[in-house]
Amino acid sequence: MPSPRYHREIPQRYRLEAEKCKKCGKILFPPRLICPECGSKNFEKVILPENGKIITFTIIRVAPQQFEAEVPYAIAIVELENGVKITTQVVDCKPEDLEIGNSVKLVFRKIQEEGKTGIICYGYKAVLV
Amino acid sequence: MREVCIIGCGMTKFGELWTKSFRDIFVEAGLKAIDDAGVDHIDSMYVGTMTSGLFVGQEHVGALMADYLGVAPIPALRVESACCSGGMAIHQGILDIASGNSDIVLVGGVEKMNDGADATYALSTAADQEYEVYQGITFPGLYALIAQAHMHKYGTTRQQLAQVSVKNHYNGSMNPNAQFQRKVTLEQVMNATLVADPLTILDCSPVSDGGACLILAPLEIARKLNKPIIKIIASEAATDALALHQRKDITTLNAVKVSAEKAYKKAGMKPSDIDVAEVHDCFTIAELCIMEELGFCEKGKSGKFVEDGNTALDGKIPVNTSGGLKSKGHPVGATGAAQAIEIVEQLRGSAGKRQIKNAKIGLAQNMGGSGASSVVHILKKLND
Repeated sequence: MPSPRYHREIPQRYRLEAEKCKKCGKILFPPRLICPECGSKNFEKVILPENGKIITFTIIRVAPQQFEAEVPYAIAIVELENGVKITTQVVDCKPEDLEIGNSVKLVFRKIQEEGKTGIICYGYKAVLV
Repeated sequence: MREVCIIGCGMTKFGELWTKSFRDIFVEAGLKAIDDAGVDHIDSMYVGTMTSGLFVGQEHVGALMADYLGVAPIPALRVESACCSGGMAIHQGILDIASGNSDIVLVGGVEKMNDGADATYALSTAADQEYEVYQGITFPGLYALIAQAHMHKYGTTRQQLAQVSVKNHYNGSMNPNAQFQRKVTLEQVMNATLVADPLTILDCSPVSDGGACLILAPLEIARKLNKPIIKIIASEAATDALALHQRKDITTLNAVKVSAEKAYKKAGMKPSDIDVAEVHDCFTIAELCIMEELGFCEKGKSGKFVEDGNTALDGKIPVNTSGGLKSKGHPVGATGAAQAIEIVEQLRGSAGKRQIKNAKIGLAQNMGGSGASSVVHILKKLND
């Protein structure tokens, strides 16, 4: 991907930076220009909690090219302690052992690489706690 | 606003059409539709295609198709709403006629998915690139997330999911335009290769080539033709968060729910008034969720509803008589138009072995992505 596109998302992917609506309190991840709940345009920066629970998951067995070497891998929707939900891989476990309700923690990992000369892409993945 | 009718329709066979090009597939469907309608001109056209740029490297599709259909210089617009593109092309054509801007409008869709592109990647562009696809999710993966949540929350079973595929393959075995004209068993579905747990390859719609077109006209023109009048009594669309994880409830397809509620209200009808329905079964779990959002059954009870045969050809509300996306095939841009064609065939009484007796009112529901866009059409056969 073009490096500016990658660079723009670094605050979210590396540091879990989100925004909290000053009017209604909704936490937006990623940040947006307008709150979808109340229409406010005033936000303050907050950092997402690292801990949460698996609310649903699957095991990917047919992957796009850049993830082919990793199959089978687990992907879950995790609800963090502040209610924000994210899609993330769950790693360092046997995918078959996962259950809905499992507690997880977000860690910093390599996500994908763009061939031999492209960007190595990082971000968050979840591990069981 | 003028009332709008469907006066003609045509489609290609769906499948791996190795000898046919992207443009030829659309033009074949368009010519069949024009021939079926018996019109000598069209005023404008709307072409649904999801991602022809990724599949065949071709954008600027409206002009291309108008040129090859031999109808340039009429206005022609490409419509895109992921897998909902075909349905939204119909929606735009209806507005064009209802407003009084055009009289005869060709609407439809096309996709050429088997020309060597990475289909898994191309389809994934309908999801959130930065916060879903970046993490390694796929479309079967997104629907698998919905399936797992539905099974966990409502006790929906693996077998109930498989029943959708069995039913749709049975229906598709009688559709000469279907990609897979063969039946499958529950055991075959459940024991097939896993794609994204719990979904196997036989829970997933296939990668397909195909085109489908309809000719729309105002009611006063439709009345002059010597054939059954199929009126569009509702065409309603809605959207939802693009990313599945951004939705309040993972098992609720709110865009489907809202588009259906608006359509019933516009038509002055309730779910039990529908005689036959075509719905967006891109994955088996999708058809189950859609049964709930369309109000055909209670929330959370779709598994048992389908298992009990309510949506079979001889059931209370036959669903996907064409074979659905699962068996008929899913050339993504064409799907919405092909669904409407099946409803037209059912209302005309020309659906052959799949015919539902005395079908007067039909519903077609087309959906984009993991449910972020949906359009519902309700068609009614007017008394002769």
